[in-house]
Parts: sequence; C-alpha cells; structure tokens
Amino acid sequence: MVGIVSYGAYIPIWRMNRELLSRGSGERSVAGQDEDSLTMAVAAAIDCLGDLDRENIDGVLFASTTSPFKEKCVASTIAAVLDLRRDVFTADFANSIRAGTSALKAALGMVKAGAAKQILVTAADCRLGAPGSPFERTFGDGGAALLVGKENLIAELEEEHSISDEIYDVWRRDVDLYVNSWEDRFIYSYGYHTVVNEAVSGLMKKAGVESKDVKKAVLSAPETKRAMSLAKSLGFDPKTQLQDPLADKVGDTGTAQPLMLFTAALEEANLDDRFLLAGYGNGSDAFLFTVREGINEIKGKRRGVKAHMERKKMVPNYATYLMWRKLVQTPSPRVPMSVSYPTATAIWRERKRIYPLHGVKCRVCGTIQYPPQRVCIKCRAKDDFEEVRLCGRKGKLFSYSFEFIRGNVPIGLVNLEGGGRVFVELTDADPGELKIDLPVELTFRRLNLWREDGMYGYFWKATPIKIP
Amino acid sequence: MPGVRDKVAIIGMGCTSFGEHWDKSVGDLIVEACYESFKDAGVEPKDIQAAWLSTVWSGELGRTLAYPLKIGFIPITRVENRCASGHDAFINACYAVSCGAFDLVLVCGVEKLKDTGLPIPGDYNPTQLYSSRVDTGFLPATAWAMFALRYFHHYGIPVEEGKRILAKIAVKNHFNGSLSPKAQFQRRITLEDALNAPTVAWPLGLYDCCGIADGAAAAILTRADLAKNYRDDYVLVKGVGMGCGMYQGQVMDDWSFVYVEENVRASKMAYAEAGIKDPRKGIDLAEVHDCFTIHELAIYEDLGFIPRGRAKEGVEAGTFELRGELPVNTDGGLKCFGHPLGASGVRMIYEVYNQLQGKAGQRQVETRNQMGLTHTCAGTPIDSHTAAVAMLGLRGA
Repeated sequence: MVGIVSYGAYIPIWRMNRELLSRGSGERSVAGQDEDSLTMAVAAAIDCLGDLDRENIDGVLFASTTSPFKEKCVASTIAAVLDLRRDVFTADFANSIRAGTSALKAALGMVKAGAAKQILVTAADCRLGAPGSPFERTFGDGGAALLVGKENLIAELEEEHSISDEIYDVWRRDVDLYVNSWEDRFIYSYGYHTVVNEAVSGLMKKAGVESKDVKKAVLSAPETKRAMSLAKSLGFDPKTQLQDPLADKVGDTGTAQPLMLFTAALEEANLDDRFLLAGYGNGSDAFLFTVREGINEIKGKRRGVKAHMERKKMVPNYATYLMWRKLVQTPSPRVPMSVSYPTATAIWRERKRIYPLHGVKCRVCGTIQYPPQRVCIKCRAKDDFEEVRLCGRKGKLFSYSFEFIRGNVPIGLVNLEGGGRVFVELTDADPGELKIDLPVELTFRRLNLWREDGMYGYFWKATPIKIP
Repeated sequence: MPGVRDKVAIIGMGCTSFGEHWDKSVGDLIVEACYESFKDAGVEPKDIQAAWLSTVWSGELGRTLAYPLKIGFIPITRVENRCASGHDAFINACYAVSCGAFDLVLVCGVEKLKDTGLPIPGDYNPTQLYSSRVDTGFLPATAWAMFALRYFHHYGIPVEEGKRILAKIAVKNHFNGSLSPKAQFQRRITLEDALNAPTVAWPLGLYDCCGIADGAAAAILTRADLAKNYRDDYVLVKGVGMGCGMYQGQVMDDWSFVYVEENVRASKMAYAEAGIKDPRKGIDLAEVHDCFTIHELAIYEDLGFIPRGRAKEGVEAGTFELRGELPVNTDGGLKCFGHPLGASGVRMIYEVYNQLQGKAGQRQVETRNQMGLTHTCAGTPIDSHTAAVAMLGLRGA
C-alpha cells in the first residue's frame, strides 16, 4: 500500500491580467521578482509538510524545466532548507513538463520497493513564453508538493501506466530562453491528445475501471479546451469530471500543474473517491488513486491551492513583468557602492543559519539569538548553546523603513514568536500595509544581487501574513 | 584611573572648508588643514614627533599623511573607527602625549568622498555580522528611519509630529550653517522646506540627512606644561570617553531602539573625567553627531542634556539653538558643515577650540563655563555604534 500522505501548493501572490499581454482573458500567476522554481518548490514543500515529523522523510525530489541551475542539485537545497536528515536521497527531474509526474512515479516506486519510508516530491515552474507569444499568456508560475509514503495515506495508488513518445511538439534547446513549439494543430492532435489518451486508456484497462467510476480526471492541461476535448474522448463528462485546470486564474504551471491540480482535487475529496491523474510531455504518466481515511487529517490544514488562489496582488504593468524576469534591464544607480561577490566558502560555513535559519538558544540564560553566537550576548556563557530552527516561526514587525537606493524595497527587524530577532527584507508587501507589530511570516526567496558572479543568493524574507 | 585631564593641550588647529572639492585631492586637503594648524600653533612640520591619521576610506597606511606633508620616518598611526575615527585618533594622540611618550604631535582627519561616493553596502551585506552576503544591506538613513519610527512609537509621538520636531532640528542647524563660512551648506531653510522635502527613507526626508563632503581638519597637541610656550589661550583636554557596541540591535530581541547606549557610556566616561555633574549646566556648547536629525534628538537625551523622552520639549523651547540655554552644533553640525567621515571629529574639536578662544564670529556663544563637548558616533542602531566624546576647556575650566 503506497500513496500520498500530504499535499501542498504554492501560487505566487502576483497575478497578471492577460489584457496586459494584448490578448486573452483572465489572469495568470507571475512569480515575484525574488521568486524562482527553487523558492516556489520550497514554499510548496513547507505547506505540504505542515507539522508532520520530518525524520521519516528519506528523500526529496525536485521537478522543473526551469531549475535556476543547469548543474547543481536543487533538491539538495530544498532538503537543507527543510532541515532534513543528511542521509536522504535527493534528485532533480527535468527536461519535460512531465517531470512532475515522473518524480511522483519514482517516489511511489521507491516507497513501494521499500527503499524509502517517505519521499517528498516537489515541482515548480516559471516558464518563459516569448514576449507576445501565446505561451506567455497561457503559462503560469507556481509549485506543488506531495509527500509519498505508505502509512497514514490520504490517497492510495491503485494503478499506474506510462507511455514514452518521441515528438518535437514543445521543446527548449540548451541555448533557448523561450519555449518553442510546432504548429498547434499538430502538437495537440498527435502529441498531447493522442499520447495522454493512450496512457489513460491503458491505465483504465489495467485497473478495470470505467470513466463513471472516477470522481475527477486530473489532467495536465496546456489549455482548458484541449483538456476538455481530451476528457470527452476518454468518456468523461468534461463539465463535471474534469478537474478545473485553473487556466483563467493561474495558467499552465508546467511540471507543477498535474500535482497542483491533484492537490486542488484532494482539497475537495471525500473518502473512497477515485482520482485519475495524468501528466504529459514526450509521453505520459497516468495514475489511479483512491482517497483514504488520512484525508480527514490533512484536509483544511494546508494552504494548498485554494487559499493561495484567494489572496492576490496585480502586476501593475507589463514592463514590471519584463523587469522581474530580467528580460529588460535597468541600470544600477550611479552611486558607487560597496558590492562584493557571493562567497561559496562562507555560504557553506553558514549553511545552517542560512537555509533552515538556525539560531541558538543559550543553555544558561535561555536567550535565543540570531545569528548563532559563540558567546552569549546576554550572559556571556561561552559555547553553551543549542541550535534552534527559526524559519517556521511567525513574528511581528519591530520596525521598518525603505531602501531608496534599491527601488524603495522595505526592510525591517522582525521579532519572532518564542524569541529571536531577524533583520530581513520584506516582500510581497504594500508600503501602506506595513506598521509596527504587523504579523509576518518568513519566506525563502532569491536575492536580487547587483553582481552575481555566476551564483544566486537565497535567504529568508518576511512577508505580511495573508493566509491564517 | 589616571586619565588625560589637564595633561594635554591643543595649541593649533586647522580645517578646510567642507564640501564638494572636485578640484582637490586627499593630499591637497591634508596640506591645507595641517599647514593652517602649523601656522596657528607656530610650529614647523619638522617639529612633529608623531602623528595620528584618521580616515575611513581615503587612504591606508601612515604614508597617506607623510607623503603630502613630507613628515617621513616618524611614527604615524592610521585610525579607522568609521564616523568616530577622528575622535579615536585624537583620543589616542592624547594618551600618547599624556603619558609623556611625545611632546608635540599632529592629529589629522581627512576624507575624500565626492570622487566615488560612499562605499557602503549596496544590496546584500558582506561585511557586517557575517560574510556570506545573504543578509540585506541597508543605508544609514534606512537604519535611522527605523530608529525614528520606534522612538516615535515608544513615546507616543504621531509620525507627522515627529517629523515636525526633526524638521526644527534641521532648521536650527541650517541657521547655524549660514553663519559658518567653511560649512558645506550655508543656506537657511524654513520648517516648510524641511517638511516638504523629498523622502529619503520614510519617515526621514532630505533635510533630516547630513551632507556627504570632502574635507580635512588638523590639531597640534602638546603636553599641558609646555603649552604656554606656544600660546596663552591653549585649550586643554578635560576628558575623553568611548564606547563600542556589539551588534546588540540585531542579536538581542529586546533592544529598544529609543536610545544609543554607546552614546551614554562614552559621555559618562568623559563626564567623570572632566568632573561634569550636569552637562546642561556645566558646558557652554556641544558639537554632536547629527548624521540624521533623529540621532541629534536622541543625543540630547543620551548625553544627559535633557531627561529621557523629553527631547522634543527642548526642541520646542529652543534650548539647543544658537542663543539657547545649551547651543548644539553651532557650526551647522554634520547636517550643514558636512560630513567627511574621518575629518568630522577633528572638525568638531576645531569649532569648540574656536568658540573657547572667542574666534567664532557671528556664531560666537557665551562661554561662562569655558567648557565644550564634542561627540561622534559611528554605525547605526541596526549594526551598533562606536561613540566617542572629547571634553575641551580653557585653563580655568
């Protein structure tokens, strides 16, 4: 018995009205300036894990076609941020938007084989369509996470089936910035429609189920109309049995999409419901899940898709979007500033205080201090501390102001619940909503470094709490 | 504890005008300030036995001073303690003279910032608590804005009222600057000018921030018992103090951001040495570190000029204005005289020296006590400070 133990999702707070993109209706989600697939996967993973015991997690998988790194394991970064054990298996899945379900399949297989108790599957994408292209309108940014295990299941895997397919339908070469595709009638007819149909049909045959036995078909969906026509061809009622692809509110989130839509389906699930899940990309992975008792423990206790959908801020204009994605550059201020480069040695040395935001608690006087100290600032006890993870703590804004040299980005001191103070940037916040004692939470973000030297910096920021 | 009180005398001083000296190098500024001090003291460069150079970003090694002045092959110490560097150099020169190691020494502070701007951390901060460059950088203005917000909050002052109190400090310092021929800004402003100025780091506006300038200042020190050989109106060092923070503003989650402990400690140390019980009554003027108006407001309380939480009453009453009970920043302060970091502490000593000698022209204050205070404070509430105080007085003080 293997299946899903928990779910989580992350949709950036930012939405862009498609009217800004000259055509199209509805909105798409847009990763903020300080977000990428790594940070969105982290956010989804944090949502998924809730307060579950992290000691049981034996592996982390990260799926994305837009990993910030072509060579560097993002799953290892996620494991570090989550403060997981050192003896965990980490791997990145890439190069097709099917990578999300590929990672899920690998995780289910590992747990089934007894190679792991639990595997955390994360997926996130932030794909770029060329300016003015249909992809720019249909894509959305976001992440999802599923915890795979064999106990306390919320959904049990009943059957799975995969198809591999060689086709140039949607691709991006090693030198390309934007996603390419062939003519859409060809790619949807001979690619998506044909291949997912083949996988799902094969699955249903293997499992001996008919369309009427399935509550919802959760299908990878480049566009709503394509998914509806596919569902119909499989014998589902597209109006009632197709999981809403969220095209009008989020868009196609690539590798994350099937897992995100599955999360949305589970948020509404009842015991014994059957869900069919299928991802697409040079083949298709199809799964049949049945909802189990564990659902009652998780339902309503994750932000998931629903809560993230309910809070939003609009990207003010298209130029902002272009700047966020670094598709247009603004010059650095003509004020010479001391800007050095990231230091790999220091990041490595300080990895515990950076990734899971470890502070220390003095064993003598109990004072929590960040960053970790050798000598207690209150009682001067030397080297007598225990490390404490601070990143999950909520806090209150102690004071704040704005950095005019960096476009008036807000920065502030945050006093954390239970002790400890951190000095961080504030993100996804309107200047007007900031005030002393504002409740904030910490969120892991990419730094907007003026000089990168081939590296990206990541650290925690604070953001006003928008979801209880 | 044997201190420096009445053991060290200032017998000559010099100071360039502060401002945008596009046409002058670091060496030019040093030569101008030091030769003015040599002339004032009636000494020759060759008479200097040792020197202390204060600069933050405008040169390393003692040769930065020796090269333009050609005072080679003597001990020269280069001091860096950010904005308190000038005082630090001066205080260490006092220690050396007071213990008898040298008879005649030079202290020079210089800074040349207008070629390159202020090289403070731009985006993510590599130099402060850590070295991995993931922690947010910040401008001093932003840090002091956060202090201002807490100060207002703590004392229940609405932000708009707080801004008006700060604006009054800016108006005062601009008035004093208008009487100060060597000051960077010599234009008077109105309360409305200050309140309507562009925001730099909310709630601080343009006139809440001091000027970044080029400049140099110099002092010639000798043993008190030798001072009368040079002049009658020499100025004695009455007491010095210093205090360095330890990042408490970030590391301690209960640090309040309504006062600066370093200021308190440095001033207490100096007051004890100078025998000052009540600074409001015991000193005639104070030159303090008004890098931002909110800091000057806090300094009134930190240095004991007024009880805690009541600085705004002093501002409203004009206590610290040029003709007030305790004039503060008579030469325009950092706000208007300008702030070439390493030079500022020595510039403040220059102003008090001139005031005590009755040479301050239109801005001359009454010197009943024959005692003045100078104070610099480096750093910000976020990363903690180095504060330094030097008390200066005439023979009779």
